[in-house]
Order: sequence, then structure tokens, then C-alpha cells
Amino acid sequence: MIDRDRVLQVARLARLRLDESSGEVEQMARELSGILDHVDAIGGLDLEGVEPTSHVVDLVNVLRVDRVGPSLRREAALAPAPDPAEGSFRVPSPQA
Amino acid sequence: MSLGAELRALSLTEAIEQIRAGRFSAVEYGAAYREAAGRDDLNAYLEVVAVREGEQPDPSAPLAGAPIAIKDIFCTEGVATTAGSRILANYRPPYTATAVQRLLDGGASLLGKLNMDEFAMGSSNENSAFGPVLNPWDRDRVPGGSSGGSAAAVAGGLAPAALGTDTGGSIRQPAALCGLVGLKPTYGAISRYGMIAFASSLDQCGPLTRTVADAALLSSLMEGVDRRDSTAVGIPGGIAIPNRTDLKGLRLGVPRELAGEAEGIEAGVRAQFERALALCEELGAAVAETELPNAPHGISAYYVLAPAEASANLARFDGVRYGLRVADHQSDLTEMYERTRAAGLGPEVKRRIMLGTYALSSGYYDAYYGQAQKVRTKISDDFRAAFADFDLLVTPTSPSVAFKLGARAADPLAMYMSDYCTVPISLAGLPALSLPCGLAAPDDGGPELPVGLQIVAPAFAESRLLDAAHAIEAALGFDCAAVRREIGVEGARNG
Repeated sequence: MIDRDRVLQVARLARLRLDESSGEVEQMARELSGILDHVDAIGGLDLEGVEPTSHVVDLVNVLRVDRVGPSLRREAALAPAPDPAEGSFRVPSPQA
Repeated sequence: MSLGAELRALSLTEAIEQIRAGRFSAVEYGAAYREAAGRDDLNAYLEVVAVREGEQPDPSAPLAGAPIAIKDIFCTEGVATTAGSRILANYRPPYTATAVQRLLDGGASLLGKLNMDEFAMGSSNENSAFGPVLNPWDRDRVPGGSSGGSAAAVAGGLAPAALGTDTGGSIRQPAALCGLVGLKPTYGAISRYGMIAFASSLDQCGPLTRTVADAALLSSLMEGVDRRDSTAVGIPGGIAIPNRTDLKGLRLGVPRELAGEAEGIEAGVRAQFERALALCEELGAAVAETELPNAPHGISAYYVLAPAEASANLARFDGVRYGLRVADHQSDLTEMYERTRAAGLGPEVKRRIMLGTYALSSGYYDAYYGQAQKVRTKISDDFRAAFADFDLLVTPTSPSVAFKLGARAADPLAMYMSDYCTVPISLAGLPALSLPCGLAAPDDGGPELPVGLQIVAPAFAESRLLDAAHAIEAALGFDCAAVRREIGVEGARNG
């Protein structure tokens, strides 16, 4: 079970503002609890000593010459930004 | 039949042959599809893209100038790319995804960008910020998801072929629900560069097409290493265009957990699946039951791993570098992040970010993420064991035919179960293809709708997979376009 306080705490971690007046928090608590009830089935499996999978395909290092090549232009990278300024991404102050 | 309708009745491969033979031009072929796509009545397209100025179709190129439509999750330079989300509603990427670039290099013309579940999270296309996509077979029903626009466009005759992405079934399930061929290649076969990330350890792009040959053609152009994606390793030996007409000497395994005993598989789907198995035997295959004991845990493991990866990947949508920003002059940085994400992301995306953040949070990591990664290993081991005795595995692609719009929208878990048969393959990183194998009525009544046969191969055995699918396709004789003409299914308003 995941309660209202836990939902609000996780939302803060995820930088998501939930609408506390519309019942969004309660609905989220209900839905997450339902999903976690199902997911909890794997908690009971005895998987002691099983290696966790981090990548499904065997990879080997591939090396190339470290040479400077063409890259995205600064103006192109900044063009889709909501508030570009002085060749940078401008953001609100962390302590407004 | 009008000239446009005549051209659109051809498969991509047939059309390319006729363009080369001089029967019609790539310009006429493209115009027929742009005209039809402009009358899209399914909400499949988010944007139909005009022919670029100076674009000169080259009949000798592999795709001979044919138009291809792209799921809106692939970045296309200068062309809006939304991933089905409000947060990217006005995003015009400064670069093009490798998979798309390779199709363009192979002579494709960009036909348009296709609707999808927001950030590829969904199995019905009802999670798009730009409205649901309708299934051309029955407009009261979903086309599947998350590549729902891709499936509806091809099945509705609005694109000859489309590109989709598959994280837990998002190519195969919509292909099944719309009567198409959908191929999810081996993880790492095709570069993910420029494909907006959902769950990076699972995401893989692939084609949705009318025929197996079309799927092979597009995949053969897209696969390969890419210096911009270090996990893209390509397919050793590439992909051959399939020509096999029998299944002699092939051993087909039917995993009982995903076929025989699996709960929730509709009677009509089961009947068509069994008919397909009988046909495989007639074609010379040896068909026998096998097991994947851990496959039933696939959905649980997937709904820990995919949201966990998504919660990290979607942290980049923060109102700084692209997309929406919501703030006023008093907002501090954190408030800007929170308000932007609250306004820009839809309910299913928020739910998965929350789920993933919770699963990765201190004190829960081992119980959820660590355990799910171990289940993933067990599922991979199950497949390895099965492939010691079998060349290919077969299951139904989707437990049900296309369901009604809204039928599962209020119950996330019921929606997640739509991917019961496809998710275990994704977790193991294996290639799989959904092949249309006939029509069946839903359990709760209604018109007959397409059923998909899922064929699974060992990693990088795409050529074996496509060859077998080609033989079954020819024997089944199911052609979505022909059926569509017969029953009058069209994806466009009358022009």
C-alpha cells in the first residue's frame, strides 16, 4: 500500500506537482497501490545468487581515433529552448 | 478504382518494382499517399510532410523515392517532433534520427509524422496528448499502441509502410490489432540515436508493413552500427530479403505459458492461433509444446524496469533546453520544473514516472529494481533453454483482438496485460514479428477483427525469422489490403 504522504514525497523527488484539490493525489495512491500489488508477486521469488541483467546483448569495446569533427552548432542547439540568452540556456534563479 | 487507389493497393515492394519498370513515377506514388493522408479520418497523422524543395526521387535507390511515414518519437530535423506529448508540442529538433536518416539515404521520402501514446507509454494510443487514433477496421476500437498511428496509417491505406518503436510490444501489438506485419528486431540491431528514449535497455525501432518482404527491406536498410549509439551493434550478416516457401526442417516451440495455458486469451484468437500452427505443420515444421516458466512474471518485472528507466530518461523534460516552460516571474527553479512537468505531461506518463521514482528510491531499490533485473535474467535463461530445442517460438501476439475505445482506459493494470505475450521477449532482447493470421470476433461480440501470430527467434536471427514468416504468409494468403478492399475499410474520408 502506498499512502498519500508517500505519493507527495515521491512526487517531490520526481519534480511533479500533483493537484491536491482535484483528488489527483488520492487517485495516484490508489493506482500505484494496485500496480504494486501485482508487481509484488516477484518479491516472493527465490532469486538468491541470480545475476541481475543490466544489458541483454554482449558488447565489446569499440575504439576509434579521437578526432575533432563537426558537431551541432550552438545556435541550432539553443533554438528550441524556451528562454535562450547570451548563448546559454537561461533558467529562473534557484532562490527566487 | 482511381489511379491513387490503384497505387495504394500495392505493397511497398511491388510499388518499387513498378516504379523501376517505369509503370508510374515515385512522384505519382508519393502524391497518391499525400492526397490520402491529407484526408486522414483516423487521427493517425500529426503532420503530413510536403515534398522537400528540390527532392529528386532516384528510381535506382533501394526505396526508389517511396514515401514512408514515421512515428512521432523520431527526431526529424526542422519537422515538429512531439512524442505525443504537450511538453514537446512545438519542438523542432536540430537533427534527424539515424534510423530515419538511413531510410532517407535509401531513397525514402518523408511522408509524415504519426500519432502515438505519449512517450510510447500505452497499448491503445489513448494516451496521446493529441487525441486517440481510431482502428480502420472498426472506428469504435483502438488500433493498439504505442505505435497506434503507425498501424492505423498503414492498415487504413494512408501510408505504404511506417516506422514504429517497441519497448514492451508497441510495434507487434498494434500490428496484430490492425492486421499488419510488425517487426521488433533484436535489441541493438538498429541505432536508437534520435529516438526519444522511454526505457533505454528495451527500446528498439522497427517497421510496420503490409508484407514480410517490406519489413525485411526497411530493416535491412536501418540495421547497423552507429558511432552515435554505442549499443547499436547491427546484425551480423545483415538481413536477407526472404524467399522461403516451406518450413521443412524447422522446429517450432509453443510456450505453454504464453499460448496454451495462458489466461485471458480470447477464444477466437486461440482458434486462429491453432489454425496457424496446423498450417505450419503442413508446411513441414515440427511443432511441439515447450515452456518458459518465468515468462508469467514478465509484466511484473517490466512494470518495474521500464518505469524506472523512464523516470530517469524523462527527467530531461524540465523546461530548460526544449519544449514547454511554465513559470511566472516569481517562480524559482524547482517551482518551474514542477509546474512545467505538471502541465506538460499526461496522466499515464506521470503514473510511470511516479512508479519508477518509487521503485528506485532509497530502501526500495533492491526489492523492486534489483529483483526485477534478476527476473529478467531468469526469463532470458528460459528462452536460451527453449532455443536449444527449437529454431523459433510461436505465440499469439495479443491476448485479444482490438478492444473498444475506453474499455481499459480506467484500469492501468488491465491495459498493461495487453502486452502479456510480447513483454517477455522484450526483456530478453530477442527479435519477434507479428504476422496477420486471419480474423476473429471478440469474446464480447462484434465484427471480425485481425489476429496476430507472434514468431520469436534467437538474438540476431532476423533472417531466419523473416524467412519463416514469409513462408507462413504465402500459405495463409492473408493480405490486409485485399481484405480491406473487400469489406470497404478505408482510413480516409471520401475525397
